[in-house]
Amino acid sequence: MTKVLTNRFGLKDSHTLPVYESTGGYVAVKKIFSMQPAEVITEVVKSGLRGRGGAGFPAGTKWGYIPKDSPKPKYLCINADESEPGTFKDRYLLELDPHQLIEGIIITCFAIGSNCCYIYCRGEFDLATKRIGAAVAEAYAKGYLGKGIFGKGYNLDVTVHRGAGAYICGEETALLESLEGKRGHPRIKPPFPALVGLFGCPTVINNVETISAVPFILGQGADSYRKWGTEKSPGTKLFSVSGHVKKPGVYEVPLGYPLKDFLLNECGGISGTGRLKAVIPGGSSVPILTAEEAWSANLDYESLAAKGTMLGSGGVIVMDDSVDMAWALKNLSLFYSHESCGQCTPCREGTGWINKILQRFYREGGTPEDLGLLNEICDNMVGKTICVLADALAMPVRSYLQKFPEDFARHFRKA
Amino acid sequence: MNFAFTAENQKAFDALLTRYPTKQAALLPVLWLAQKQHGYLPFDVQEAIALMLDLPPGHVYGVVSFYTMFKDKPVGKYHLQVCRTLSCALVGSESIARRIEDKLKIKNGETTKDGLFSLELVECLASCGTGPAMQVNEAYMENLTEPKIDELLEKLAKT
Repeated sequence: MTKVLTNRFGLKDSHTLPVYESTGGYVAVKKIFSMQPAEVITEVVKSGLRGRGGAGFPAGTKWGYIPKDSPKPKYLCINADESEPGTFKDRYLLELDPHQLIEGIIITCFAIGSNCCYIYCRGEFDLATKRIGAAVAEAYAKGYLGKGIFGKGYNLDVTVHRGAGAYICGEETALLESLEGKRGHPRIKPPFPALVGLFGCPTVINNVETISAVPFILGQGADSYRKWGTEKSPGTKLFSVSGHVKKPGVYEVPLGYPLKDFLLNECGGISGTGRLKAVIPGGSSVPILTAEEAWSANLDYESLAAKGTMLGSGGVIVMDDSVDMAWALKNLSLFYSHESCGQCTPCREGTGWINKILQRFYREGGTPEDLGLLNEICDNMVGKTICVLADALAMPVRSYLQKFPEDFARHFRKA
Repeated sequence: MNFAFTAENQKAFDALLTRYPTKQAALLPVLWLAQKQHGYLPFDVQEAIALMLDLPPGHVYGVVSFYTMFKDKPVGKYHLQVCRTLSCALVGSESIARRIEDKLKIKNGETTKDGLFSLELVECLASCGTGPAMQVNEAYMENLTEPKIDELLEKLAKT
Protein backbone atom coordinates (compact mmCIF):
# COMPACT_ATOMS: atom_id res chain seq x y z
CA MET A 1 0.00 0.00 0.00
CA THR A 2 1.55 3.21 -1.12
CA LYS A 3 -1.47 5.43 -0.66
CA VAL A 4 -4.31 5.91 1.78
CA LEU A 5 -7.33 6.89 -0.27
CA THR A 6 -6.81 5.99 -3.91
CA ASN A 7 -5.37 2.46 -3.83
CA ARG A 8 -8.35 1.00 -5.65
CA PHE A 9 -8.92 3.76 -8.20
CA GLY A 10 -7.40 1.83 -11.11
CA LEU A 11 -9.06 -1.52 -10.37
CA LYS A 12 -11.89 -2.92 -12.45
CA ASP A 13 -15.21 -2.77 -10.56
CA SER A 14 -13.47 -1.00 -7.67
CA HIS A 15 -16.89 0.20 -6.49
CA THR A 16 -18.18 -3.28 -5.70
CA LEU A 17 -18.09 -5.20 -2.44
CA PRO A 18 -16.14 -8.26 -3.73
CA VAL A 19 -13.31 -6.08 -5.05
CA TYR A 20 -13.26 -4.02 -1.87
CA GLU A 21 -13.07 -7.09 0.36
CA SER A 22 -10.45 -8.83 -1.78
CA THR A 23 -8.19 -5.79 -1.38
CA GLY A 24 -8.20 -5.50 2.39
CA GLY A 25 -11.60 -3.87 2.83
CA TYR A 26 -13.81 -4.37 5.92
CA VAL A 27 -10.84 -5.65 7.92
CA ALA A 28 -10.23 -2.56 10.06
CA VAL A 29 -13.89 -2.37 11.04
CA LYS A 30 -13.81 -5.88 12.54
CA LYS A 31 -11.09 -4.75 14.98
CA ILE A 32 -13.09 -1.95 16.52
CA PHE A 33 -15.70 -4.14 18.18
CA SER A 34 -13.06 -5.29 20.67
CA MET A 35 -12.20 -1.65 21.42
CA GLN A 36 -13.94 1.02 23.48
CA PRO A 37 -15.44 3.91 21.45
CA ALA A 38 -13.12 6.31 23.30
CA GLU A 39 -10.10 4.31 22.12
CA VAL A 40 -11.24 4.69 18.51
CA ILE A 41 -11.51 8.45 18.97
CA THR A 42 -8.06 8.54 20.60
CA GLU A 43 -6.53 6.76 17.61
CA VAL A 44 -8.04 9.29 15.20
CA VAL A 45 -6.89 12.18 17.41
CA LYS A 46 -3.38 10.70 17.41
CA SER A 47 -3.38 10.42 13.61
CA GLY A 48 -3.91 14.19 13.39
CA LEU A 49 -6.52 13.71 10.65
CA ARG A 50 -7.99 17.09 9.77
CA GLY A 51 -11.33 17.77 8.09
CA ARG A 52 -10.94 17.71 4.32
CA GLY A 53 -14.03 19.76 3.49
CA GLY A 54 -12.21 23.07 3.67
CA ALA A 55 -11.86 24.22 7.26
CA GLY A 56 -9.27 21.64 8.34
CA PHE A 57 -10.69 21.09 11.83
CA PRO A 58 -9.21 18.02 13.59
CA ALA A 59 -11.67 15.17 13.06
CA GLY A 60 -11.05 13.27 16.30
CA THR A 61 -11.47 16.44 18.35
CA LYS A 62 -14.80 17.11 16.64
CA TRP A 63 -16.00 13.59 17.51
CA GLY A 64 -14.94 14.13 21.12
CA TYR A 65 -17.42 17.01 21.45
CA ILE A 66 -20.39 14.64 21.17
CA PRO A 67 -21.86 14.34 24.68
CA LYS A 68 -21.74 10.80 26.02
CA ASP A 69 -24.58 11.18 28.51
CA SER A 70 -27.19 12.69 26.15
CA PRO A 71 -30.40 10.64 25.99
CA LYS A 72 -31.02 11.90 22.43
CA PRO A 73 -30.10 9.93 19.32
CA LYS A 74 -26.79 10.92 17.77
CA TYR A 75 -26.25 11.40 14.06
CA LEU A 76 -23.41 11.27 11.60
CA CYS A 77 -23.85 13.29 8.41
CA ILE A 78 -21.48 12.80 5.51
CA ASN A 79 -21.00 15.94 3.49
CA ALA A 80 -20.97 14.74 -0.12
CA ASP A 81 -22.37 18.03 -1.43
CA GLU A 82 -19.11 18.74 -3.22
CA SER A 83 -19.71 22.04 -5.02
CA GLU A 84 -16.64 24.21 -4.46
CA PRO A 85 -15.51 25.32 -7.92
CA GLY A 86 -12.38 23.41 -8.92
CA THR A 87 -13.09 20.46 -6.59
CA PHE A 88 -14.08 16.98 -7.75
CA LYS A 89 -12.24 14.52 -5.48
CA ASP A 90 -15.29 13.43 -3.42
CA ARG A 91 -17.06 12.55 -6.65
CA TYR A 92 -14.16 10.20 -7.47
CA LEU A 93 -14.20 8.68 -3.97
CA LEU A 94 -17.95 8.02 -4.24
CA GLU A 95 -17.76 6.63 -7.76
CA LEU A 96 -14.60 4.56 -7.40
CA ASP A 97 -14.44 3.43 -3.78
CA PRO A 98 -17.80 3.86 -2.00
CA HIS A 99 -17.21 0.94 0.38
CA GLN A 100 -14.15 2.69 1.82
CA LEU A 101 -16.50 5.50 2.84
CA ILE A 102 -19.05 3.06 4.27
CA GLU A 103 -16.38 1.31 6.34
CA GLY A 104 -15.30 4.74 7.61
CA ILE A 105 -18.91 5.52 8.46
CA ILE A 106 -19.31 2.34 10.51
CA ILE A 107 -16.13 3.07 12.50
CA THR A 108 -17.10 6.70 13.05
CA CYS A 109 -20.65 5.89 14.15
CA PHE A 110 -19.30 3.29 16.59
CA ALA A 111 -16.88 5.90 17.99
CA ILE A 112 -19.51 8.57 18.58
CA GLY A 113 -22.30 6.20 19.62
CA SER A 114 -24.55 6.80 16.61
CA ASN A 115 -26.97 4.35 15.02
CA CYS A 116 -27.95 6.55 12.11
CA CYS A 117 -26.02 8.19 9.31
CA TYR A 118 -27.13 10.29 6.35
CA ILE A 119 -24.96 10.74 3.28
CA TYR A 120 -25.90 14.07 1.71
CA CYS A 121 -24.98 13.80 -1.99
CA ARG A 122 -25.17 16.79 -4.25
CA GLY A 123 -28.14 16.60 -6.60
CA GLU A 124 -26.09 16.68 -9.81
CA PHE A 125 -24.09 13.58 -8.81
CA ASP A 126 -26.04 10.96 -10.71
CA LEU A 127 -23.43 8.20 -11.04
CA ALA A 128 -21.89 8.91 -7.63
CA THR A 129 -25.31 8.73 -5.94
CA LYS A 130 -26.11 5.46 -7.73
CA ARG A 131 -22.74 3.95 -6.79
CA ILE A 132 -22.93 4.86 -3.10
CA GLY A 133 -26.59 3.77 -3.04
CA ALA A 134 -25.70 0.39 -4.55
CA ALA A 135 -22.78 -0.01 -2.13
CA VAL A 136 -25.06 0.73 0.85
CA ALA A 137 -27.49 -1.93 -0.44
CA GLU A 138 -24.61 -4.44 -0.78
CA ALA A 139 -23.50 -3.69 2.78
CA TYR A 140 -27.05 -4.19 4.10
CA ALA A 141 -27.35 -7.50 2.27
CA LYS A 142 -24.07 -8.72 3.76
CA GLY A 143 -25.06 -7.75 7.32
CA TYR A 144 -22.52 -4.91 7.49
CA LEU A 145 -25.33 -2.39 7.93
CA GLY A 146 -28.71 -2.78 9.59
CA LYS A 147 -29.46 -4.66 12.79
CA GLY A 148 -26.68 -6.46 14.70
CA ILE A 149 -23.96 -5.66 12.17
CA PHE A 150 -21.02 -8.07 11.83
CA GLY A 151 -22.88 -10.37 14.19
CA LYS A 152 -22.39 -7.91 17.06
CA GLY A 153 -25.16 -6.27 19.03
CA TYR A 154 -24.79 -2.98 17.23
CA ASN A 155 -27.34 -1.40 14.86
CA LEU A 156 -26.54 1.08 12.14
CA ASP A 157 -28.75 2.58 9.45
CA VAL A 158 -27.28 4.53 6.54
CA THR A 159 -29.45 6.57 4.17
CA VAL A 160 -28.31 8.28 0.97
CA HIS A 161 -30.02 11.66 0.71
CA ARG A 162 -29.93 13.60 -2.53
CA GLY A 163 -29.65 17.39 -2.58
CA ALA A 164 -31.19 19.44 -5.37
CA GLY A 165 -28.73 22.04 -6.54
CA ALA A 166 -27.53 24.54 -3.97
CA TYR A 167 -23.85 25.30 -3.26
CA ILE A 168 -24.75 26.58 0.19
CA CYS A 169 -25.85 23.12 1.34
CA GLY A 170 -22.16 22.20 1.57
CA GLU A 171 -22.04 24.56 4.58
CA GLU A 172 -22.62 22.15 7.44
CA THR A 173 -25.59 23.80 9.13
CA ALA A 174 -27.28 24.56 5.79
CA LEU A 175 -26.82 20.87 5.03
CA LEU A 176 -28.69 20.04 8.25
CA GLU A 177 -31.52 22.40 7.37
CA SER A 178 -31.74 20.85 3.92
CA LEU A 179 -31.79 17.34 5.39
CA GLU A 180 -34.69 18.42 7.59
CA GLY A 181 -36.66 19.34 4.44
CA LYS A 182 -36.10 23.08 4.41
CA ARG A 183 -34.38 25.75 2.35
CA GLY A 184 -30.63 25.55 2.88
CA HIS A 185 -30.17 28.51 5.20
CA PRO A 186 -27.10 28.28 7.48
CA ARG A 187 -27.78 28.40 11.21
CA ILE A 188 -26.26 30.77 13.72
CA LYS A 189 -23.51 29.09 15.76
CA PRO A 190 -23.42 28.44 18.69
CA PRO A 191 -25.03 26.10 19.43
CA PHE A 192 -22.67 23.90 17.44
CA PRO A 193 -24.01 20.77 15.73
CA ALA A 194 -22.09 18.53 18.16
CA LEU A 195 -24.69 19.60 20.76
CA VAL A 196 -27.68 20.76 18.70
CA GLY A 197 -27.50 19.38 15.18
CA LEU A 198 -29.78 17.29 13.01
CA PHE A 199 -33.35 17.19 14.42
CA GLY A 200 -31.96 19.04 17.47
CA CYS A 201 -29.67 16.12 18.36
CA PRO A 202 -25.88 15.80 18.75
CA THR A 203 -24.42 15.51 15.25
CA VAL A 204 -21.04 15.08 13.60
CA ILE A 205 -20.69 16.35 10.04
CA ASN A 206 -17.61 15.26 8.11
CA ASN A 207 -16.50 15.40 4.50
CA VAL A 208 -16.34 12.25 2.32
CA GLU A 209 -12.54 12.39 2.11
CA THR A 210 -12.14 12.73 5.88
CA ILE A 211 -14.21 9.65 6.66
CA SER A 212 -12.65 7.69 3.77
CA ALA A 213 -9.27 7.97 5.55
CA VAL A 214 -10.62 6.43 8.77
CA PRO A 215 -10.40 2.72 7.76
CA PHE A 216 -6.67 3.15 7.03
CA ILE A 217 -6.05 4.88 10.36
CA LEU A 218 -7.82 2.18 12.37
CA GLY A 219 -6.43 -0.63 10.23
CA GLN A 220 -2.77 0.43 10.06
CA GLY A 221 -2.61 2.68 13.10
CA ALA A 222 -2.17 6.40 13.59
CA ASP A 223 1.62 6.14 13.32
CA SER A 224 1.40 4.66 9.83
CA TYR A 225 -0.82 7.54 8.77
CA ARG A 226 1.68 10.00 10.21
CA LYS A 227 4.44 8.58 8.01
CA TRP A 228 3.10 11.01 5.42
CA GLY A 229 2.68 14.74 5.71
CA THR A 230 4.02 17.22 8.21
CA GLU A 231 3.78 17.45 12.00
CA LYS A 232 0.72 19.72 11.91
CA SER A 233 -0.72 18.47 8.61
CA PRO A 234 -0.27 14.69 8.76
CA GLY A 235 -1.31 12.20 6.12
CA THR A 236 -2.14 12.47 2.47
CA LYS A 237 -4.67 14.67 0.69
CA LEU A 238 -6.50 14.51 -2.60
CA PHE A 239 -5.97 17.45 -4.90
CA SER A 240 -8.31 18.13 -7.82
CA VAL A 241 -6.45 19.93 -10.57
CA SER A 242 -8.08 21.85 -13.39
CA GLY A 243 -7.34 24.66 -15.82
CA HIS A 244 -4.08 25.04 -17.69
CA VAL A 245 -2.11 21.89 -16.85
CA LYS A 246 -1.26 19.06 -19.21
CA LYS A 247 -2.72 16.33 -17.00
CA PRO A 248 -5.69 17.59 -14.99
CA GLY A 249 -7.30 15.14 -12.56
CA VAL A 250 -7.36 13.92 -8.96
CA TYR A 251 -4.02 13.15 -7.29
CA GLU A 252 -3.19 11.87 -3.82
CA VAL A 253 -0.01 13.36 -2.43
CA PRO A 254 1.44 13.70 1.07
CA LEU A 255 0.62 17.01 2.73
CA GLY A 256 3.57 19.38 2.59
CA TYR A 257 4.37 18.38 -1.00
CA PRO A 258 5.90 21.28 -2.98
CA LEU A 259 3.35 22.84 -5.32
CA LYS A 260 6.06 23.30 -7.96
CA ASP A 261 6.89 19.57 -8.05
CA PHE A 262 3.19 18.81 -8.07
CA LEU A 263 2.48 21.03 -11.09
CA LEU A 264 5.54 19.93 -13.06
CA ASN A 265 5.49 16.20 -12.24
CA GLU A 266 2.02 14.91 -11.35
CA CYS A 267 0.21 17.47 -13.48
CA GLY A 268 2.64 17.25 -16.41
CA GLY A 269 3.46 20.96 -16.50
CA ILE A 270 1.64 24.11 -17.54
CA SER A 271 -0.43 23.91 -20.72
CA GLY A 272 -1.87 26.75 -22.82
CA THR A 273 0.93 29.31 -23.25
CA GLY A 274 3.15 27.21 -20.98
CA ARG A 275 3.77 30.19 -18.73
CA LEU A 276 2.12 30.22 -15.30
CA LYS A 277 0.27 33.34 -14.19
CA ALA A 278 -1.68 32.32 -11.10
CA VAL A 279 -2.85 29.38 -9.00
CA ILE A 280 -5.94 29.06 -6.83
CA PRO A 281 -4.75 26.41 -4.37
CA GLY A 282 -7.87 25.39 -2.45
CA GLY A 283 -11.09 25.94 -4.37
CA SER A 284 -12.36 29.24 -5.76
CA SER A 285 -13.13 30.69 -2.32
CA VAL A 286 -9.50 31.13 -1.25
CA PRO A 287 -7.13 34.02 -2.06
CA ILE A 288 -5.15 33.54 -5.27
CA LEU A 289 -1.38 33.01 -5.56
CA THR A 290 0.81 34.70 -8.16
CA ALA A 291 3.15 32.46 -10.16
CA GLU A 292 6.07 33.56 -8.00
CA GLU A 293 4.20 32.72 -4.79
CA ALA A 294 2.99 29.42 -6.22
CA TRP A 295 6.46 28.20 -7.22
CA SER A 296 7.63 28.45 -3.59
CA ALA A 297 4.47 27.13 -1.88
CA ASN A 298 3.94 23.77 -0.20
CA LEU A 299 0.63 21.94 -0.13
CA ASP A 300 -0.27 21.92 3.55
CA TYR A 301 -2.45 23.97 5.87
CA GLU A 302 0.38 25.95 7.53
CA SER A 303 2.50 26.75 4.47
CA LEU A 304 -0.47 28.05 2.52
CA ALA A 305 -1.68 30.08 5.51
CA ALA A 306 1.79 31.64 5.64
CA LYS A 307 1.29 32.69 2.01
CA GLY A 308 -1.99 34.38 2.94
CA THR A 309 -4.22 31.75 1.42
CA MET A 310 -5.73 28.39 2.41
CA LEU A 311 -5.57 24.70 1.56
CA GLY A 312 -9.38 24.71 1.53
CA SER A 313 -10.86 21.81 -0.40
CA GLY A 314 -7.68 21.12 -2.39
CA GLY A 315 -9.23 22.34 -5.62
CA VAL A 316 -6.21 23.61 -7.57
CA ILE A 317 -7.13 25.88 -10.49
CA VAL A 318 -4.16 26.76 -12.70
CA MET A 319 -4.09 29.76 -15.05
CA ASP A 320 -1.58 30.54 -17.78
CA ASP A 321 -0.52 34.08 -18.64
CA SER A 322 -3.21 34.54 -21.28
CA VAL A 323 -5.89 34.75 -18.58
CA ASP A 324 -7.34 38.18 -17.77
CA MET A 325 -7.94 38.25 -14.01
CA ALA A 326 -10.79 40.73 -14.43
CA TRP A 327 -12.51 38.08 -16.57
CA ALA A 328 -11.77 35.32 -14.04
CA LEU A 329 -13.10 37.38 -11.13
CA LYS A 330 -16.21 38.34 -13.10
CA ASN A 331 -16.83 34.64 -13.69
CA LEU A 332 -16.51 33.81 -9.98
CA SER A 333 -18.59 36.75 -8.78
CA LEU A 334 -21.52 35.44 -10.82
CA PHE A 335 -21.15 32.10 -9.05
CA TYR A 336 -21.28 33.57 -5.54
CA SER A 337 -24.06 35.97 -6.39
CA HIS A 338 -26.10 33.05 -7.76
CA GLU A 339 -25.34 30.82 -4.78
CA SER A 340 -25.87 33.26 -1.90
CA CYS A 341 -28.84 31.88 0.06
CA GLY A 342 -30.18 35.40 0.54
CA GLN A 343 -30.52 35.17 4.29
CA CYS A 344 -27.98 37.86 5.32
CA THR A 345 -28.13 41.30 3.75
CA PRO A 346 -24.34 41.89 3.51
CA CYS A 347 -23.96 38.68 1.50
CA ARG A 348 -27.10 38.86 -0.63
CA GLU A 349 -26.50 42.51 -1.57
CA GLY A 350 -22.70 42.35 -1.45
CA THR A 351 -22.30 39.41 -3.82
CA GLY A 352 -25.03 40.88 -6.03
CA TRP A 353 -23.39 44.31 -6.33
CA ILE A 354 -19.88 42.94 -6.75
CA ASN A 355 -21.19 40.84 -9.59
CA LYS A 356 -23.06 43.73 -11.23
CA ILE A 357 -20.06 46.04 -10.95
CA LEU A 358 -17.63 43.46 -12.35
CA GLN A 359 -19.92 42.49 -15.22
CA ARG A 360 -20.26 46.15 -16.21
CA PHE A 361 -16.54 46.76 -15.62
CA TYR A 362 -15.65 43.93 -17.98
CA ARG A 363 -18.32 44.75 -20.58
CA GLU A 364 -18.15 48.53 -20.76
CA GLY A 365 -14.94 49.46 -18.98
CA GLY A 366 -14.70 51.13 -15.57
CA THR A 367 -12.88 53.64 -13.43
CA PRO A 368 -10.37 53.47 -10.54
CA GLU A 369 -13.29 54.42 -8.26
CA ASP A 370 -14.99 51.13 -9.15
CA LEU A 371 -12.07 49.25 -7.62
CA GLY A 372 -12.29 51.33 -4.43
CA LEU A 373 -16.00 50.60 -4.30
CA LEU A 374 -15.36 46.85 -4.67
CA ASN A 375 -12.93 46.92 -1.74
CA GLU A 376 -15.43 48.91 0.31
CA ILE A 377 -18.18 46.36 -0.36
CA CYS A 378 -15.78 43.61 0.75
CA ASP A 379 -15.18 45.47 4.03
CA ASN A 380 -18.92 45.37 4.61
CA MET A 381 -19.14 41.62 3.96
CA VAL A 382 -16.24 39.95 5.78
CA GLY A 383 -17.22 38.66 9.21
CA LYS A 384 -20.68 40.21 9.07
CA THR A 385 -22.80 37.22 8.10
CA ILE A 386 -24.03 33.91 9.53
CA CYS A 387 -21.79 31.74 7.34
CA VAL A 388 -18.64 32.40 5.33
CA LEU A 389 -20.08 32.56 1.80
CA ALA A 390 -19.70 36.36 1.86
CA ASP A 391 -16.04 36.01 2.89
CA ALA A 392 -15.59 33.38 0.19
CA LEU A 393 -16.17 36.04 -2.47
CA ALA A 394 -14.63 38.97 -0.61
CA MET A 395 -11.29 37.19 -0.11
CA PRO A 396 -10.77 36.46 -3.81
CA VAL A 397 -11.91 39.97 -4.79
CA ARG A 398 -9.36 41.59 -2.47
CA SER A 399 -6.54 39.30 -3.55
CA TYR A 400 -7.18 39.59 -7.31
CA LEU A 401 -7.37 43.40 -7.09
CA GLN A 402 -4.22 43.57 -5.00
CA LYS A 403 -2.10 41.07 -6.94
CA PHE A 404 -3.17 41.77 -10.52
CA PRO A 405 -3.98 45.53 -10.62
CA GLU A 406 -2.76 45.82 -14.24
CA ASP A 407 -5.45 43.39 -15.41
CA PHE A 408 -8.10 45.69 -14.01
CA ALA A 409 -6.42 48.94 -15.12
CA ARG A 410 -6.57 47.60 -18.68
CA HIS A 411 -10.35 47.94 -18.48
CA PHE A 412 -10.38 51.59 -17.39
CA ARG A 413 -12.40 53.75 -19.75
CA LYS A 414 -10.32 56.24 -21.74
CA ALA A 415 -11.01 59.80 -20.57
CA MET B 1 -55.50 18.09 -11.68
CA ASN B 2 -55.23 15.62 -8.82
CA PHE B 3 -51.69 14.38 -8.45
CA ALA B 4 -51.14 10.90 -7.06
CA PHE B 5 -48.15 8.61 -7.11
CA THR B 6 -48.24 5.49 -9.27
CA ALA B 7 -48.46 2.23 -7.31
CA GLU B 8 -44.71 1.69 -7.67
CA ASN B 9 -43.84 5.22 -6.61
CA GLN B 10 -46.31 5.05 -3.72
CA LYS B 11 -44.26 2.12 -2.43
CA ALA B 12 -41.09 4.15 -2.79
CA PHE B 13 -42.82 7.03 -0.97
CA ASP B 14 -43.82 4.77 1.94
CA ALA B 15 -40.29 3.41 2.15
CA LEU B 16 -38.81 6.92 2.19
CA LEU B 17 -40.91 7.91 5.20
CA THR B 18 -39.36 5.09 7.25
CA ARG B 19 -35.86 6.58 6.76
CA TYR B 20 -36.52 9.85 8.63
CA PRO B 21 -37.86 10.71 12.08
CA THR B 22 -40.05 13.51 10.67
CA LYS B 23 -42.25 13.64 7.57
CA GLN B 24 -40.79 17.01 6.63
CA ALA B 25 -37.29 15.53 6.29
CA ALA B 26 -38.56 13.36 3.44
CA LEU B 27 -39.53 16.46 1.44
CA LEU B 28 -36.50 16.59 -0.88
CA PRO B 29 -36.57 12.88 -1.80
CA VAL B 30 -40.36 13.03 -2.23
CA LEU B 31 -40.03 16.04 -4.55
CA TRP B 32 -37.44 14.10 -6.57
CA LEU B 33 -39.85 11.20 -6.83
CA ALA B 34 -42.68 13.48 -7.96
CA GLN B 35 -40.46 15.25 -10.48
CA LYS B 36 -39.36 11.90 -11.91
CA GLN B 37 -42.98 10.85 -12.35
CA HIS B 38 -44.48 14.11 -13.56
CA GLY B 39 -41.49 15.71 -15.32
CA TYR B 40 -41.73 18.94 -13.35
CA LEU B 41 -43.39 20.33 -10.23
CA PRO B 42 -46.32 22.65 -11.01
CA PHE B 43 -48.11 24.19 -8.07
CA ASP B 44 -50.87 21.57 -7.85
CA VAL B 45 -48.26 18.82 -7.54
CA GLN B 46 -46.58 20.83 -4.81
CA GLU B 47 -49.93 21.20 -3.02
CA ALA B 48 -50.57 17.45 -3.23
CA ILE B 49 -47.14 16.78 -1.71
CA ALA B 50 -47.81 19.32 1.04
CA LEU B 51 -50.96 17.35 1.94
CA MET B 52 -49.11 14.02 1.92
CA LEU B 53 -46.41 15.34 4.28
CA ASP B 54 -48.64 17.54 6.48
CA LEU B 55 -46.77 20.68 5.43
CA PRO B 56 -48.05 24.14 4.53
CA PRO B 57 -48.07 24.53 0.71
CA GLY B 58 -46.05 27.71 1.14
CA HIS B 59 -43.25 25.72 2.76
CA VAL B 60 -43.13 23.32 -0.17
CA TYR B 61 -43.11 26.21 -2.65
CA GLY B 62 -40.29 27.85 -0.67
CA VAL B 63 -38.22 24.70 -0.96
CA VAL B 64 -38.98 24.07 -4.65
CA SER B 65 -38.02 27.63 -5.55
CA PHE B 66 -34.79 27.50 -3.50
CA TYR B 67 -33.18 24.51 -5.22
CA THR B 68 -32.18 24.98 -8.86
CA MET B 69 -32.81 21.36 -9.86
CA PHE B 70 -36.50 21.44 -8.95
CA LYS B 71 -38.44 22.80 -11.93
CA ASP B 72 -41.88 24.36 -11.63
CA LYS B 73 -42.06 24.67 -15.43
CA PRO B 74 -41.34 21.96 -17.99
CA VAL B 75 -37.88 21.78 -19.58
CA GLY B 76 -36.97 20.16 -22.90
CA LYS B 77 -36.87 16.41 -23.42
CA TYR B 78 -33.10 16.91 -23.43
CA HIS B 79 -32.13 19.46 -20.81
CA LEU B 80 -28.61 20.69 -21.63
CA GLN B 81 -26.88 22.08 -18.55
CA VAL B 82 -23.56 23.64 -19.50
CA CYS B 83 -21.12 24.45 -16.71
CA ARG B 84 -20.14 28.11 -16.84
CA THR B 85 -17.86 28.31 -13.76
CA LEU B 86 -14.16 29.16 -13.88
CA SER B 87 -12.44 25.80 -14.48
CA CYS B 88 -14.64 24.95 -17.47
CA ALA B 89 -14.52 28.56 -18.69
CA LEU B 90 -10.70 28.38 -18.74
CA VAL B 91 -10.88 25.52 -21.23
CA GLY B 92 -13.57 26.91 -23.51
CA SER B 93 -17.07 26.46 -22.07
CA GLU B 94 -18.13 29.88 -23.36
CA SER B 95 -17.76 28.73 -26.96
CA ILE B 96 -19.56 25.46 -26.17
CA ALA B 97 -22.56 27.36 -24.82
CA ARG B 98 -22.48 29.72 -27.82
CA ARG B 99 -22.40 26.76 -30.21
CA ILE B 100 -25.53 25.31 -28.60
CA GLU B 101 -27.27 28.70 -28.70
CA ASP B 102 -26.45 29.13 -32.39
CA LYS B 103 -27.42 25.61 -33.38
CA LEU B 104 -30.70 25.49 -31.48
CA LYS B 105 -31.51 29.23 -31.71
CA ILE B 106 -32.28 29.40 -28.00
CA LYS B 107 -30.71 31.33 -25.15
CA ASN B 108 -29.96 30.38 -21.56
CA GLY B 109 -33.25 29.40 -19.88
CA GLU B 110 -35.14 28.76 -23.12
CA THR B 111 -36.64 25.67 -24.76
CA THR B 112 -36.84 24.92 -28.51
CA LYS B 113 -40.34 25.26 -29.99
CA ASP B 114 -40.62 21.50 -30.53
CA GLY B 115 -39.90 20.95 -26.83
CA LEU B 116 -36.90 18.76 -27.63
CA PHE B 117 -34.05 20.82 -26.19
CA SER B 118 -33.62 23.33 -23.39
CA LEU B 119 -30.45 25.14 -22.36
CA GLU B 120 -29.38 26.17 -18.88
CA LEU B 121 -26.02 27.59 -17.89
CA VAL B 122 -25.25 26.05 -14.52
CA GLU B 123 -22.62 26.47 -11.83
CA CYS B 124 -19.67 24.12 -11.24
CA LEU B 125 -20.61 20.46 -11.89
CA ALA B 126 -17.48 19.08 -10.16
CA SER B 127 -16.16 17.93 -13.51
CA CYS B 128 -13.37 20.51 -13.57
CA GLY B 129 -10.56 18.20 -14.69
CA THR B 130 -12.58 16.99 -17.68
CA GLY B 131 -14.02 20.30 -18.85
CA PRO B 132 -15.77 21.76 -20.66
CA ALA B 133 -18.57 19.70 -19.14
CA MET B 134 -22.33 19.58 -19.27
CA GLN B 135 -25.17 17.41 -18.09
CA VAL B 136 -27.71 16.10 -20.57
CA ASN B 137 -30.57 15.42 -18.20
CA GLU B 138 -28.67 13.36 -15.56
CA ALA B 139 -25.73 12.12 -17.62
CA TYR B 140 -22.36 13.90 -17.63
CA MET B 141 -20.72 14.71 -20.97
CA GLU B 142 -17.11 15.78 -20.63
CA ASN B 143 -14.13 17.13 -22.61
CA LEU B 144 -16.62 18.83 -24.94
CA THR B 145 -15.63 20.32 -28.29
CA GLU B 146 -17.75 22.11 -30.88
CA PRO B 147 -17.75 19.10 -33.26
CA LYS B 148 -18.82 16.87 -30.37
CA ILE B 149 -21.74 19.23 -29.70
CA ASP B 150 -22.80 19.17 -33.37
CA GLU B 151 -22.67 15.40 -33.41
CA LEU B 152 -24.60 15.05 -30.14
CA LEU B 153 -27.38 17.45 -31.11
CA GLU B 154 -27.86 15.65 -34.43
CA LYS B 155 -27.98 12.28 -32.72
CA LEU B 156 -30.46 13.40 -30.07
CA ALA B 157 -32.72 15.12 -32.61
CA LYS B 158 -33.16 11.77 -34.37
CA THR B 159 -34.11 9.75 -31.28
